[in-house]
Amino acid sequence: MDRPLSELEKRLVDGFQHDFPLHPRPFAIIAERLGTDERTVIEALEGLREAGVLGRIGAVVEPHRAGYSTLAAMQVPAPLLPQIANFVSGYPEVTHNYEREHRLNLWFVIAGPSRARVAAVVADIEYRTGLAVLDLPLEEAFHLDLGFRVQWN
Amino acid sequence: MELTAADRALLAALADGLPLVARPYAEIGRRCGLDEQQVLARLRRMIAAGVIRRFGLVVHHRALGYRANAMVVFDVPEARLPEAARRLAALPYVTLCYRRPRRPPLWPYNLFCMIHDKERARVLALVAEAAEAAGIADLPRAVLFSRRCFKQRGARYGSPVTERAA
Repeated sequence: MDRPLSELEKRLVDGFQHDFPLHPRPFAIIAERLGTDERTVIEALEGLREAGVLGRIGAVVEPHRAGYSTLAAMQVPAPLLPQIANFVSGYPEVTHNYEREHRLNLWFVIAGPSRARVAAVVADIEYRTGLAVLDLPLEEAFHLDLGFRVQWN
Repeated sequence: MELTAADRALLAALADGLPLVARPYAEIGRRCGLDEQQVLARLRRMIAAGVIRRFGLVVHHRALGYRANAMVVFDVPEARLPEAARRLAALPYVTLCYRRPRRPPLWPYNLFCMIHDKERARVLALVAEAAEAAGIADLPRAVLFSRRCFKQRGARYGSPVTERAA
């Protein structure tokens, strides 16, 4: 994203990462709180989405309550990394996929409706790539997710 | 609380987020066979029960200029882990703090957290500060900065089993 955010956009990012209004017209409620109108709020959110700032307005679900997920890591030879990374991203169960600075250079999250489904994806990736997948499921969460506090300066 | 099939269908319908229309909950309801009031009631119940930990904007920090994103990991003995994790999680710049299994010899670390900032040097300073604050500066650790992001989106919990396109 290359453009600076407007004051309205900053207030949306700061104010509505949690406790989003559970009301039939949530954008009208937000507009009322921010002293603008519903149409302007919706357009600002569309702008944030186009800028890549807004992923979605949604539910962050407690791990392993509505499904199962794991963090997986692979050691991929550098020349193969783009190809393997794109292959891994192609699984609908893979939600996040990053190259990281480590011998284990590809890190991704696999989330699915069941533990068995996630295990099947891990096994399938190992089978199709011929590379080992380190499976690092969450054992305990210590953080209460309140969103991301942005420093605007 | 136990999730019902309707709760799961609702979470699946929400996987890509609320549509940016005037009555988004009504639209989500249409996609999973619920009316607007049922959608709102089920969301309230799942939030109250803690199944939904957070409901709101999910922002991509990279797009906001936070280009230095590190997964910071520590190898913490079992006896010290709960206290160290509690202190780490309380730091304002630590997002997410999880215990995961070690996989020796390749992976000796069992405590994971994320630190994001605009500058790499700033992240490294925060890592040192966090390790001190959590009382684990003496223990082995690693900082894994992200290079490329290949994919980032919400989970499709509750979605039907889908076969990957060839």
